[in-house]
Amino acid sequence: MADLSAVRADGLVKDFGDFRAVDGIDLHVRQGEIFGVLGPNGAGKTTTLRMLATLLPIDGGHAEIFGVDVRREPHRIRQLVGVTGQYASVDEDLTARENLWLFARLQGLTSTRAKSIAGDLLERFGLQEAADRPLSQFSGGMRRRLDLASSLITHPPLIFLDEPTTGLDPRTRGQMWDTIRELVTDGSTILLTTQYLDEADQLADRVAVIDRGRKVAEDTPDALKTQVGESTLQLSLVDGSDTALAAGVVRRLLGEDPVLTPESGRMNVPLPDPNRAADVLIGLREAGLGISSVSVAKPTLDEVFLALTGHGADDEPQMEAAR
Amino acid sequence: MTTTITTTPTVPTPRRIDPAAAVARTTSHSSLRETWTETMAMAWRALKKMRRKPEQFFDVLIQPLLFTAMFAFIFGGAISGSVADYLPVLIPGILAQTALTVCMATGVQLREDMDKGVFDRFKSLPIARIAPLAGPMIADLIRYGIASVLTLVTGLAIGYRPGGGVLGCIGGVLLTVFAGWSLAWIFTWLGTMARSAQSVQGISMMIMFPLTFLSNAFVPAETLPGWLEAFVKVNPVSHVVSAVRDLFNHGAVTAEVGWAVVGCAVVVAVFAPLAVRSYSRKM
Repeated sequence: MADLSAVRADGLVKDFGDFRAVDGIDLHVRQGEIFGVLGPNGAGKTTTLRMLATLLPIDGGHAEIFGVDVRREPHRIRQLVGVTGQYASVDEDLTARENLWLFARLQGLTSTRAKSIAGDLLERFGLQEAADRPLSQFSGGMRRRLDLASSLITHPPLIFLDEPTTGLDPRTRGQMWDTIRELVTDGSTILLTTQYLDEADQLADRVAVIDRGRKVAEDTPDALKTQVGESTLQLSLVDGSDTALAAGVVRRLLGEDPVLTPESGRMNVPLPDPNRAADVLIGLREAGLGISSVSVAKPTLDEVFLALTGHGADDEPQMEAAR
Repeated sequence: MTTTITTTPTVPTPRRIDPAAAVARTTSHSSLRETWTETMAMAWRALKKMRRKPEQFFDVLIQPLLFTAMFAFIFGGAISGSVADYLPVLIPGILAQTALTVCMATGVQLREDMDKGVFDRFKSLPIARIAPLAGPMIADLIRYGIASVLTLVTGLAIGYRPGGGVLGCIGGVLLTVFAGWSLAWIFTWLGTMARSAQSVQGISMMIMFPLTFLSNAFVPAETLPGWLEAFVKVNPVSHVVSAVRDLFNHGAVTAEVGWAVVGCAVVVAVFAPLAVRSYSRKM
């Protein structure tokens, strides 16, 4: 069988009472790629991942991992998937070394083998010095690293990373990204969820955008970004009542409407080419419209959302994916 | 038949993960041996936690000391005429009560534990579903052991002289430990069902108090009104208490011992599968 998909999920559904958290999501992840699931809080990313990891029962649809049925053979799935949770799922009452030893023992390694694997992983993740200290003294980044190390004990062919860098500082975040990239060179497939477009951009080969339990787009990060423009020109007008005039200028120059923001006199102009920013500014001056502030920014998740769904990422009902 | 040895050139694949081979290696469930290893690993975890949080031992240390002395001196004269005469009745009763308290803690702690992030990982690992439940219960055997021995020693210190001798006492302690472990499955089941550790505590109290006080643990059943006596006689705790009395005081393996063991086995047979099912469903 030459099926090269790592994950094949069709029409996944999850209900929590009356609330449909996941509403018919399809995911096809190819072997050896990093696949990103992008979406705001409560969009159903974590719930989808938990269903695929056999942590939540699947209410509808069908899912296979390397051709193994998730619903029918949970025990096999658990041998194929390493799960790293949104909140570090390691034992707070044990040391890092003890955590790794325990997880290795639970996966059938002998005590000696478990010890040596724990030592290797601690070294690989730069945790040797803290190995025997209580976890309460660990920083957020160290916990995440330990959590990720715990998922790699048996070299699972598929790794789930649920928001691997949420809450980490930029430097730690960069280190985590490097670690994740290394995993793929070992031949693992990675399915990760994230709230950050730049994270998906940095890591993922392909991205599915999830909104309110549905998939609204699936593409490469580059293709997604070009839908909202390579970058965005953010403008504030001196006089809010000039907005319509300014929008007209932009339309004439770029052939596209700017996105108006709720604040009076502010607008975001999608730029296919950052150099066109100058054209817009010149156009506005020629029309006699005063600008109070201007900046060029990369598109944010919010703008991708706005472009894909017609509503911002922040309007989401704050229904945190129930566990 | 001729065997031809085909030497395939070893391709240098530096730790390349092969999904097809990984799928071929998977098994559909944990074997009995794997289940045992997994359970013992979970027991090791529980022991480590016990060592780091000695305050967990509060109940098994204080209750035997306090309750044995208190009950002996307060009720001794009223119930049996003297403290010395009451001790053979009381000590097995306190043992049963202490064992039940430890059981209750098992359920509450399991619930607290299950709410932690690490249980997500346990669930995501290919381990037998019974291991996370049975592991802590194996570690708890130590708690039952400490509680039983401490109760007995307190009794000896205030003048209890068991007629069953050393063997009788060992038998009685072993039976208490077994009974405690068996009854703990009820509380483990509660732990997997309840919404919070507090509710486990509440429900457990409601079960524990009638079970201990509506038994022959502290007073002879004959002194009770008929309807109550009827309940006391079918209460499994009564059978355990009577059996431990027979062992401690007479060194005799009586029918009561048999009933106690059978009763405990039935409890395990019913509640262990219930607990595992409820735990697997929670995910």
